[in-house]
Amino acid sequence: MKESRLFPWLGVIFGATYFLVPLIATFEFSLRMERGRYSFEAYRIVLADPYFQASFGYSAVIAVCTILVGIALSVPTAYVVQLKLPRLRPVVEFITLLPLVIPAIVIVFGYLRMYNSSSWLPLTSSARGTDLLLTFSYVTLALPYMYRSVDTGLRAIDVRTLTEAAQSLGSSWPRILLTVILPNVRVAVLSGAFLTFAIVIGEFTMASLLNRPAFGPYLQRIGANRAYEPAALAIIAFAITWACMGLINLFAAMGRQTQRR
Amino acid sequence: MAQSTVEIATTKPRPMSLSWLGVMPFLIFALMFLILPAGYLVIGAFQTPDGSFTLQNIANLNQPTIIRAYRMSIAISAASALLGSLLGFALALAIVLGKLPRWVRPMLMTFSGVASQFAGVPLAFAFLATLGRTGLVTALLFNIFGINIYRYGFNLLSFSGLTITYLYFQIPLMVLILTPALDGLKREWREASSILGASTWQYWRMIALPILWPSLLGAFMLLFANSFGAIATAYALTGSSLNIITILLYAQIRGDVLHDPNLGYALALGMILITGISNGIYIWLSSRTGRWIR
Repeated sequence: MKESRLFPWLGVIFGATYFLVPLIATFEFSLRMERGRYSFEAYRIVLADPYFQASFGYSAVIAVCTILVGIALSVPTAYVVQLKLPRLRPVVEFITLLPLVIPAIVIVFGYLRMYNSSSWLPLTSSARGTDLLLTFSYVTLALPYMYRSVDTGLRAIDVRTLTEAAQSLGSSWPRILLTVILPNVRVAVLSGAFLTFAIVIGEFTMASLLNRPAFGPYLQRIGANRAYEPAALAIIAFAITWACMGLINLFAAMGRQTQRR
Repeated sequence: MAQSTVEIATTKPRPMSLSWLGVMPFLIFALMFLILPAGYLVIGAFQTPDGSFTLQNIANLNQPTIIRAYRMSIAISAASALLGSLLGFALALAIVLGKLPRWVRPMLMTFSGVASQFAGVPLAFAFLATLGRTGLVTALLFNIFGINIYRYGFNLLSFSGLTITYLYFQIPLMVLILTPALDGLKREWREASSILGASTWQYWRMIALPILWPSLLGAFMLLFANSFGAIATAYALTGSSLNIITILLYAQIRGDVLHDPNLGYALALGMILITGISNGIYIWLSSRTGRWIR
């Protein structure tokens, strides 16, 4: 049976076009800042902008905190659910899917009402408190991806045997988690971490409504006021997303290799 | 009662209590930063400013601005989810069953992974540079074909413009969800049906599509909810000029544009219901498909 390959190729060409044309257009646009010739002037201006550096640095720190809190919540929970409390699995999985059900803007709306300066836990009345709240909001945003990644990683290893071996050698619970379980799911944890980074670094809604000087609101402000810099920023943001996804693929490939050995 | 529980826990430390301790941080976190904040809004939607029960907030949703915002959001989400599903399905078919060279699939899957996460403000910038008034494609269409798309009523800051922009992450998301489902179609089913004399059309209509439809419908629902809750791209593209529900809620949170805080809660409740129902269908269907596609 010889089937025509025309349509599959047309599909692939269409997909590649849809994917590439906006990138090419954005890149071309970002080079047009100086009249009559292509230059990297827009990139130079953006990278030298102190607000760019400050907001990107701020978002990067928040992203790292988000990743740490996300790991600290996901790994023990997925571990205990798999080993001791399998009947809790549906509940926990339902909770991890809730951030898909409740839009981000609604979650942060709830925070602003529950944790405002006149509430029982006035997190938004100080900058550090709001940073904490922003981190937690990002943890919820990344939870479906982080938890699923860790859970898949835990299912692929023999948690019970590893735990019993560690226990019979006299390990404490924290030590089992940190030195036995965590290294064995490091590929899963890392891919969850980079996905979290990609989601958090340019996030706009939550940072903007919580009034924090993050990268997302900075991007929006530049977009409203400048012509060529936004295109340069879009290319930079795309490069960051690409790097995160590339690292995930790289770690996944490394993980497969170590398993085969 | 409380004392006796404490006593049991201290005198006889069972492994059971220890494992509950392990999931406690997660459950407390979920309660404080996910369930209670959403619950606060849901309850607020049924309260008057002084705290007594009312259905007036829900009734107050019935005003032209709000109805139009919901309608616009649903239209954009449905259009981008439908087109995203169809185009994504076609692309996934080409990837899995197209007998293309081997390098095509990993390349397209990587592209899809990146593009499905490339949303928010930068996506708006990219499409402004592509299809905006001074965008590259707009200029090319005008210089080469003499077509000014803006004269034909196209506007990036509108329903069609936002739909085209959302497709940039909707199509790849569909490809990512459907490729494993298509991989699950066993070659034997195709062979068995052709031995029994079925045509390609019959195979697709009576075997493949009945197996695939929960994945397809579920993915459509996920795509719908995905764009319904989105705001950053639309806000960066249009400022607050486009009347969609997320932008209206954003303005309400910032400055109480509706002059009624409790109406804001009702607005949020409506959004939770819509994304909740569509994601609920997705989650239910994806647990069902697990049985066939393994």
